Amino acid sequence: MAGVAPGGSGSGSDIYRGNGPRLMLPVWVFIGIFLLLPVILMAVYSFLTKEFRGGVIWDFTLAAYDQFFLNRGLFGDEPATIEWTYIGIFWRSIWQAGLATVFCLLIGFPTAWYVATRPASTRSVWLFLITIPYWVNLLIRTVSMKFLLRDTGPLNEFLMWTGLISDPLSLINTNFAVQVGLFYSYLPFMVLPIYAAVERYDFSLSEAAADLYCNNWTTLRLVILPAVKPGIVAGCILVFVPSLGAFLAPDLLGGAKTFMIGSLIEEQFKGAAGNWPFGAAAAMILLTLVMVVLLIHARVQVREDR
Amino acid sequence: MSQKNIAVDVDKVVKRYGSVTALHGVSLDIREGEFFTLLGPSGCGKTTLLRCIAGFEDVSDGRVRLMGQDITPLPAHKRPVNTVFQQYALFPHMTVLENVSFGLSRRGWTARDAEGRAKQMLKLVQLSDFAKRKPGQLSGGQQQRVALARALAPEPQVLLLDEPLSALDLKLRQAVRVELKQIQRETGIAFVFVTHDQEEALTMSDRIAVMSAGHVQQIGTPREIYEAPVNRFVADFIGETNLLEVAVRQVDGDRATVVLPGGHVVEVPAASGAKVGTGHLSVRPERMSTAPGGGDLTVLVEDHVYLGTDIQLHARLDDGAPLVVRIQNGAAATIPAPGTRLALDVEAGAARLLAD
Amino acid sequence: MAKTDIRRFAGFRATTWLCLLVLYAPLVIVAIYSFNASTSITRWGGFSLKWYVDVFSGPEAPKFRAAAINSFAIAIGAATCATIIATAAAVAMNRAGRFRGKLASLALINLPLMVPEIVTAVASLIFFITIGFKTGLLTIFVAHLVFCIPFAYLPIAARMKSVPDMFEQAAMDLYATPWEAFRLVLLPLMVPGILSGFLLAFIISLDDFLITNFVKGAGIETLPTAIFGSVKQGIKPNIMAISTLLLGVSVVLVTLSWLIGRAGQNKK
Repeated sequence: MAGVAPGGSGSGSDIYRGNGPRLMLPVWVFIGIFLLLPVILMAVYSFLTKEFRGGVIWDFTLAAYDQFFLNRGLFGDEPATIEWTYIGIFWRSIWQAGLATVFCLLIGFPTAWYVATRPASTRSVWLFLITIPYWVNLLIRTVSMKFLLRDTGPLNEFLMWTGLISDPLSLINTNFAVQVGLFYSYLPFMVLPIYAAVERYDFSLSEAAADLYCNNWTTLRLVILPAVKPGIVAGCILVFVPSLGAFLAPDLLGGAKTFMIGSLIEEQFKGAAGNWPFGAAAAMILLTLVMVVLLIHARVQVREDR
Repeated sequence: MSQKNIAVDVDKVVKRYGSVTALHGVSLDIREGEFFTLLGPSGCGKTTLLRCIAGFEDVSDGRVRLMGQDITPLPAHKRPVNTVFQQYALFPHMTVLENVSFGLSRRGWTARDAEGRAKQMLKLVQLSDFAKRKPGQLSGGQQQRVALARALAPEPQVLLLDEPLSALDLKLRQAVRVELKQIQRETGIAFVFVTHDQEEALTMSDRIAVMSAGHVQQIGTPREIYEAPVNRFVADFIGETNLLEVAVRQVDGDRATVVLPGGHVVEVPAASGAKVGTGHLSVRPERMSTAPGGGDLTVLVEDHVYLGTDIQLHARLDDGAPLVVRIQNGAAATIPAPGTRLALDVEAGAARLLAD
Repeated sequence: MAKTDIRRFAGFRATTWLCLLVLYAPLVIVAIYSFNASTSITRWGGFSLKWYVDVFSGPEAPKFRAAAINSFAIAIGAATCATIIATAAAVAMNRAGRFRGKLASLALINLPLMVPEIVTAVASLIFFITIGFKTGLLTIFVAHLVFCIPFAYLPIAARMKSVPDMFEQAAMDLYATPWEAFRLVLLPLMVPGILSGFLLAFIISLDDFLITNFVKGAGIETLPTAIFGSVKQGIKPNIMAISTLLLGVSVVLVTLSWLIGRAGQNKK
């Protein structure tokens, strides 16, 4: 095909040129009105005054953020000191999400690699097996994990049967259980993008490295990991971001001591004890954190694409 | 043939993509019933021009007329021209018959009439037995013929072909050339054929437009293009040639007097636009012969390439400029050793002074 | 010395099996215990279908039946609308050349994927309450539709990118109007992408708990919210039966989408 033919096949096609805005209108209506606008409204709510039976009074104030970051004593008249309760919950969430990401990576990378290097005939079956849990209802998966980990659940019974332990371990309502839940919830999110990256990997690069005296592990470190890094980063973000705001795993597998951001926010909107502006403020802080992660990722990606 | 009416009139067509100009005011006429080829290297604008005629691209300036009617503002689906695409673009979800009758149905033919006509077209391209197959079940050559049948079925006023042979292997390509030319003659429809393959262009075309960098360099019959190129680009692009730098003493209509490297003064045919001063002379390698008694040019042989039917000599003129000479192989042919000084004669009328 | 395989790393196969074990063990155990005859959920008392009978005709059956109807109705509705909207958006992004706001539109399509679920849930609740939209089935439907759009969009856009536009150009060259080119040529070629987009959106809708829980309003339940409410009082065997049934639905749908994907690939 002659060099300058931008109308040709590829992504820059303009068969239906002029219709773009019209075709995009439903997206703007639905996502614009029912997500973008609500998020903006939520930002506004975080600056309003709380009403005691849930809801808000339209008086602008910084009270929600003040409550989040500062401690002014029981009656609000003491000198402000830093309030660690909520920062602590955020910190625990970040820590738990980070840990889950690391574990998912440790299990997910070898799995993705192994599946992607299967012969074409069996590869799709492997991929299928890895994909199924990704499609299974997250609530059901979390409930299953709760059932498995119960004091009188199958895991404890099995361990006692083997004689490894004599009394059941109490696993539920611990940070450990929440961690297992997060790991279990988002493991498929790690495997799939890494699999996609490994599948695109050009194995002649490994051969070239082997030819130049690398053993397999050196090749992994010097050649493979840099080549599939975009897939790894994507996988880490896909695990970290939802883990950070996770609700089901901490709620069903954890207890009061394992509180995470998701539960903190949820609590503000349920029942009479709620505090909508405070919940909105906490959600804003979570959203900001997530956006920072995504922006950094996007910037790094743009820089590396150049 | 030159008496016929004009089928497509491309009038000062300009095509810009942002800051890039793909076509710089191209004008040409395609006559009814002729096999017209747009020839040029990739990126020369030939495909863009074809797409402008088909209606896939809006022209930035200029007009396109079809049978005297201005079709510039018409979208592709309102232009009575059809295209054979480079990759054929046969609809993979339809049978061969459905593909061929697609255009007819869109033009309002009844299903029965369309099917009858489509079957007739499949007979023309000798694929009657394949009507119920899907395109994916056909070979490349068969797909190519279905694409042709599909484009010819609605009896377009002009058929556009975008490098239709490039996806075929060499042997098939040569067979299809003959077939294509035959179908063109039978149907009497003007074909506009885009290719970068000069051999294809020379063997099939009634006339060729040689394009480069968004300009038409020369329009003419294959013989005119090959034997009387107007400028260095055409001479160099079509076939092999030697471009000798010469001093032009005098230009008189289509004749010129030039001083060859080595001092010989000769009279040669000149392209219109040739000027006095320094010019370029095109000499085809096969139009020179050794002249034992001293000839127009003297060269030093450096190397040779054995081509079977011919022997190609790589030599240098005294001023260091390279020169390629082809001598016919035969029982009496001797290959001059490297370092041999050789006197050459240029066949009368075979050297040609170019316009730039 | 044996030739070393550049694709092999010691322990990777074991890790893969471990990964599968971790992913499947809890689900398989719950599925097994759902056939438990014993009333105590941890003691195995022999094979029985009684909890499945309980799901369909026990005291909680009406509640779960209503929740299931809501879930499937919303999933079908939201996935259908999301698929249509996503197809239009994919045409705009891949086939309509440049237009103002194209990049912003792409960002908007992806917004539901970027905003954490809990934030979407809170924002939706605040929005519906503020504009006085009564929470109920309609609010669940709208909220689901929004987050289904990007999930439907991804496979549809990927498929559209892989279909070269020469087919539509050929159609228009053969006198098809743009609408005819879309309907007769592009749409049939898009079928695998559209089906997997629909299925993905359907499952995502069926899966959602958090957002639904915020916008559902009192008295209206979907399967996940009903199960969650029930689990809060302890895991009962009938929940395991329902979970196993839903698991079956997911597996059937994934298998379906997998087979469609394979068929689509074979056609190319």
